[in-house]
Amino acid sequence: MYVKKRRLGRGVAIVGAGVSKFGSFSDKTSRDLFIEAFNELKQSVDRGIDPKDIEALYLGNHIGEYCEGQSLMAPIIAGYLGMIPKPATRVENACVSSGVALREGIIAIASGLYDIVLVGGVEKMTTLSTEGVTDALGSALDALYETPAGFTFPGIYAAMATTYMDKYGAKEEHFMKVAIKNHNNGALNPKAQFNTTIKDIMNGRIAKAKQKGQPIPTWVDEMEFLKDPKANPVVAWPMKLFDCSPITDGASCLLLVAEEVAKSFTDTPVYVIGTGQGSDYPLYEREDMTTILAAKFAAQEAYAMAGVKPEDIQIAEVHDCFTIAELVGIEDIGFFSPGGAIKAIEEGLTARDGAKPINTSGGLKSKGHPVGATGTAQAAEIWLQMRGQAGARQVPDKDISLALTHNVGGSGPTCAIHIYERR
Amino acid sequence: MVSQKEFTDAAFNQLLGEGKLMASRCKKCGALHLPPKPICVNCQEGDMEWTILKGKGKLAAFTTIAVGLPRMIQEGYGRDNPYCSGIVELEEGPRISARILDVDARNPQKLKVGMPLVVDFLERGEGENKRTLLAFKPV
Ligand SMILES: [Zn+2]
Repeated sequence: MYVKKRRLGRGVAIVGAGVSKFGSFSDKTSRDLFIEAFNELKQSVDRGIDPKDIEALYLGNHIGEYCEGQSLMAPIIAGYLGMIPKPATRVENACVSSGVALREGIIAIASGLYDIVLVGGVEKMTTLSTEGVTDALGSALDALYETPAGFTFPGIYAAMATTYMDKYGAKEEHFMKVAIKNHNNGALNPKAQFNTTIKDIMNGRIAKAKQKGQPIPTWVDEMEFLKDPKANPVVAWPMKLFDCSPITDGASCLLLVAEEVAKSFTDTPVYVIGTGQGSDYPLYEREDMTTILAAKFAAQEAYAMAGVKPEDIQIAEVHDCFTIAELVGIEDIGFFSPGGAIKAIEEGLTARDGAKPINTSGGLKSKGHPVGATGTAQAAEIWLQMRGQAGARQVPDKDISLALTHNVGGSGPTCAIHIYERR
Repeated sequence: MVSQKEFTDAAFNQLLGEGKLMASRCKKCGALHLPPKPICVNCQEGDMEWTILKGKGKLAAFTTIAVGLPRMIQEGYGRDNPYCSGIVELEEGPRISARILDVDARNPQKLKVGMPLVVDFLERGEGENKRTLLAFKPV
């Protein structure tokens, strides 16, 4: 695949980031969630930001119409931030909505149009039932040829998993190991929806059974727990409940500025040195269903722009909407060879203390997946890790100067990849 | 000439209703498009013709779905009665998404990528809402 080496008109840096608590909040709307993230962003700018200086907003939001009866979310949020009459644009690209909002903000600054841009995303999903969310997210599939076949969003990733199992010999246990790893990280992230390990979830259920005088489950470890269909029922085989990211309310945002003014906001900006975006067909039309071409293309574009290679990148946030997606994702970004993700998860290479830590935030699986907010939330984790501010989940024994985010939309027809540098 | 219809979704569905699984073929480069496309994605030319497929293929990817779409729940599927959706690779080359019938969706481990399948046509709805859905079943 030939990918043109592109360059930005001028450099762009992140000088602030904010993430709301992720979870289920019946008393909070998208507006409340975004303001929570924005307030944290303001606190994170070392030398402060006067909100009046922000020139434009790019906001990721995927299913506002379904969840809150609200399209055109961007000007509404801008109105709550006091940004009227400045331009505010909603970016809808399924689960990569804010990943593309980030890219649009970068392009706007690199073009010279603006110096200071707010990018972010929000999704308020828990207003809907599980069936309602299944229906709403299903709208990101091919409505003419995938949904009539009965496919759901988990179902499409499950189908990808069956081809991956057939081609590379992956077992259901490999998917489970991804979930265990990401929960181990999410347990250290106070913002995570599931701020707990799977072992603790298991022990909690055992304790509850004892307390209620019910038969005590005999799981000896989290693997046995995950293999018990009562504890971990099938959603779309081979994807089970603990293979799926949850239904989440949340928001995230980043303050992007032109490189030449970055140091007036902080001594340690995080520079975005590579951006890539790609597209792909629906799953059934892809030549190889065990890989996502949009991601490979976006990765190559981002690597070429940044002038770095996969082996140079120290950590990454990878789009684990389903556990299979993380295995495919770490191959698509070139960290491991095709099928090599199986050995990587077996050997703990992607654990927080491994050679290539993946999803230190807990990933979508444990941190939560408010779809429109996920892309910029991934970047916010990188911002913390690069500045040594990730607290208990800070990657040990590594000074992080190069990192990557991999944000995929729908079943993979769209993907944005970004590469970050701390100088 | 197999059909004079335009290469649209409506035409594809009408043909399904007649029990025909049809693709569009590029007259210039021969590429097959299923579902039919009016512009060849291979050479980006727009000179296409209809071609009928034999309806034989193999299972390329699948899942058995316990948390289904609202429409499938209305059909009686659910957590205790999962259904199978799959991607079928036709003998002629293209792949398509379809309902997979007559398989034991409660035992997905027994389903195998590569198993031979044959086309079936599933009637749903009444009157104006009548629609033929593409399905496959084991040979
Ligand atoms: Zn052609």
